[in-house]
Amino acid sequence: MMVTAVTAAAIVLGACAGDHAGAGNRNSSGPRNGVTDSGGTGNVMTSTRVDITGAGATFPYPLYARWFNEYAQYANTRINYQSIGSGAGIRQVVARTVDFGATDVPMTDAELAAAGMRILHIPTVVGAVAITYNLPGLTRPLNLSADVIADIFLGKLTRWNDDRLVALNPRVTLPASDILVVHRADGSGTSYIFSDYLTTVSPAWAAGPGRGKEVPWPVGLGGKGNEGVAGQVKQMPGAIGYLEVVYARQNRLPVAHIRNQAGRFVSPMPFEIATAATSVLDRLVSNSRAATDLRVSLVDAPGAQSYPIASFTWMLVAPDAIGAVKSQQLGAFLRWALLENGDIASTLGYVPLPTEAAARVVDQAEALLSPPAAHP
Amino acid sequence: MTICTWGAGLIALLPLLMIVGHLIVNGIGQITPTFLTAVPAPPGVRGGGVANGIVGSALLVVIALTIAVPIGIGAGLYLAEHRITRFARLVRLLADVLGGLPSIVMGIVAWELIVRPAGHFSAWAGGVALGLLVVPLVTRATEEMVRLVPPSLAEAALALGFSQWRTALSIVLRTAMPGVITAIFVALARVAGETAPLLFTAFGNPFWSVDPTRPIAALPLQIYTYAQSPYEEWRGQAWAGALLLLLLVAGIGLASRGVLHARARLFATMRGTKATDG
Amino acid sequence: MPSRTADRIYQATITICAAAIPAVLALLAIVLFAGAWPTLSSAIGPLLTQSTWDVPQHRFGAAPLIVGTLVSSAFALAIAAPLGIGVALLATEIAPRALREPLAFLVNLLAAIPSVVYGLWGIFVLVPLLRRSIMPWSMAHLGWMPGFSGPAYGPSLLAAALILAIMVLPYIASVSRDVILAVPRAQREAALALGATRWEMIRDAVLPAARTGLFGGIILGLGRALGETMAVTMVIGNRHTIPDSLFAPAYTMAAMLANEFAEASDPLHLSALMAVALLLLTVTLLVNLLARLLVARVAREDTATDGLPMPPGVAP
Repeated sequence: MMVTAVTAAAIVLGACAGDHAGAGNRNSSGPRNGVTDSGGTGNVMTSTRVDITGAGATFPYPLYARWFNEYAQYANTRINYQSIGSGAGIRQVVARTVDFGATDVPMTDAELAAAGMRILHIPTVVGAVAITYNLPGLTRPLNLSADVIADIFLGKLTRWNDDRLVALNPRVTLPASDILVVHRADGSGTSYIFSDYLTTVSPAWAAGPGRGKEVPWPVGLGGKGNEGVAGQVKQMPGAIGYLEVVYARQNRLPVAHIRNQAGRFVSPMPFEIATAATSVLDRLVSNSRAATDLRVSLVDAPGAQSYPIASFTWMLVAPDAIGAVKSQQLGAFLRWALLENGDIASTLGYVPLPTEAAARVVDQAEALLSPPAAHP
Repeated sequence: MTICTWGAGLIALLPLLMIVGHLIVNGIGQITPTFLTAVPAPPGVRGGGVANGIVGSALLVVIALTIAVPIGIGAGLYLAEHRITRFARLVRLLADVLGGLPSIVMGIVAWELIVRPAGHFSAWAGGVALGLLVVPLVTRATEEMVRLVPPSLAEAALALGFSQWRTALSIVLRTAMPGVITAIFVALARVAGETAPLLFTAFGNPFWSVDPTRPIAALPLQIYTYAQSPYEEWRGQAWAGALLLLLLVAGIGLASRGVLHARARLFATMRGTKATDG
Repeated sequence: MPSRTADRIYQATITICAAAIPAVLALLAIVLFAGAWPTLSSAIGPLLTQSTWDVPQHRFGAAPLIVGTLVSSAFALAIAAPLGIGVALLATEIAPRALREPLAFLVNLLAAIPSVVYGLWGIFVLVPLLRRSIMPWSMAHLGWMPGFSGPAYGPSLLAAALILAIMVLPYIASVSRDVILAVPRAQREAALALGATRWEMIRDAVLPAARTGLFGGIILGLGRALGETMAVTMVIGNRHTIPDSLFAPAYTMAAMLANEFAEASDPLHLSALMAVALLLLTVTLLVNLLARLLVARVAREDTATDGLPMPPGVAP
């Protein structure tokens, strides 16, 4: 478990946005140092109910919805999470209109500096982007390679019975119909992960749309959220789209097998996703980089079994902005979710953080989330 | 040509029949006791309902009307009294123009002025956005209704020594009340179905909440989310929610129609003319 | 005298209420203008003329949104205007008296259906209908004409235009009915006295007299169509490109705001969105103003709650 021990420090401390920048507008809402009456300190089961609002990535939404729903029955904390896209998660946390954000795109150092407050990136789970399609007559999963995926989404490959697709799928009959591309209409971490993958594997894509939460898609129509993309693909014979694998699973949508670095066609199953994460973390360790920063990309991971489009997803918390009570409640939630209820993630099709890493993440998160917030 | 106009009539009514038909066929089976009394279930989990959305919508409507009705009635009385002053003409024109404001713009402004400074989404922000949207509607309807009140009534009241304000409120406005109530019903129907301004003000909430300072669920927001989702349960509930919303709106329409008939009879007796419906 | 004081308070109160209306408009304008200022001062040209919307690169070209908004509304009016005027004639001149009232009521019900319900119906009924039958047929038979090329996604400019047509129909019909009713009886009788048939009377006496008001009704419908948000965003396909076909996915200003306003974390992005909102506000208000001026010319008496039971909007 060498890997997990090292990734243990796997929590990103939001850069203390330039002290001078941050000092001026530090918000001292909430009790100064957690000493509140009626069991507010250190005790999860507070006597009064705490309402926490979060917003952001649709990628982990099926899991968060389930987690928060069950947590509300366990603790006296109700977490209202709206899945409105990673871009919105970052925007609302910086605007301080939510208590936490969620994103699959780590904030850049520049974004953190501009935010003017400490923002923690707390990894919660590993997920994967699946390529889903609507081809009613298909009997076997579709095989796709990086260059074919890039050309479909670039609009260069427009028919299902194109020779290159037929070559990858010798044992099925592909229809002679148009390929209908579905992408995201909102600023999306899923788009980021997918375009990060395309940028990594396709020079044409890198020279064209590039990577980002919202990129200028050359073809297709936009769905709102992973939900919207899944809904559109489900409605539209001949469609192809990309989404978090759990959405495909929950809606019984087929997922393509994708050719990885090693040349094997792999499907986004938990083992293949976990393998991708582990191999990237292993490489981090072997490069002896101090792995205190888990803002790493897992796409195009090495390893024969690795699924090539996987990613962490993060919670964004600004403890100084939301005050001690909510920070502590979030810490308590993380302990409950990552250490005791990782199986909820597994049953849905996400990959929980490895046990040891999860333990360290929770310990660090709790330390950082409990007041008084150490500030240099 | 006669056939053309009949054709136009039929084509115009076809979408109405189709929409109502589809709502009933797809929605009626989904309206269960659970649907009406439970809060939403996580995606992919069976069951759940829109009870919190119904309650949230009701709260938003109350906030909106609390803002729109007093301001609208006041402004309507002003316009009816000061019919031809330059300011009244300007206000009347602006009210008419504002009546066609894209509602999303009001949502953006509410986010800037209420959500951002407060630091969280809230029912207040949603209610204020909706309320400001329908102020022009209540204003113009009140004005028109007050204008229908025969001047002799007000003159008689003033001659009897009633003060101006009592004449305006207890004689003129009371006489015009059925029409004003109709307008309030219309405003209510419009507010209950608005979605765009709520996207970044009321925000939605999967839990029970009646706290106006917190994010709140609303039926139209739930319909929007569920309709675009891939989950069969949610799609079914989107139809049911839409049917519920339509029943509400149609119910309001019928109620206001009843009020209107009462008004028509009232004015008919007052004027001694034959009642005709607007 | 307390009653004098009370009268003053009453007058002050209703004056403040009346002043609230211009105040709200001013507030809208100021907030959007302030928010849009960075874009207005430095990037207004590209915003109006460029087509690339690339947030990371800070390229904000809203031309596809402007085109999508105008084209979808124009198509909607092309469908809804003749239908609306036809329905208005039916409900005023043609249909048996007993049917006129219910007919007007039913058409007005279309205005009472919330936008999000139209969107739901669009997603599950209209769009599949277009994708499965109408689009493939048109592409096979009309594909040689520009504007009818595939592929047949379903969510498209055409889907948005059809939904908008249904949505603005009651407004056009309601205003048209009013202005036709306002044509003086003497004019009709004069035409009939000269031996005109009913249709000649409508053609030569009623429609010319009502022309300005009918046009006003159409413009009012335009104002509604331009700002329509939810139904459009649910069926138009959210594609930031100038559409080359009726079947292509497209985008409108309002739909883009609904999708992007919550997530613009970048100050320039936010400012570009505010500029689009300001543009939308300006255009719709000007269009509404024009409609009011056109309709106001029509003499109206005691049709205060026109279009009741569900007046589509404020009484024009």
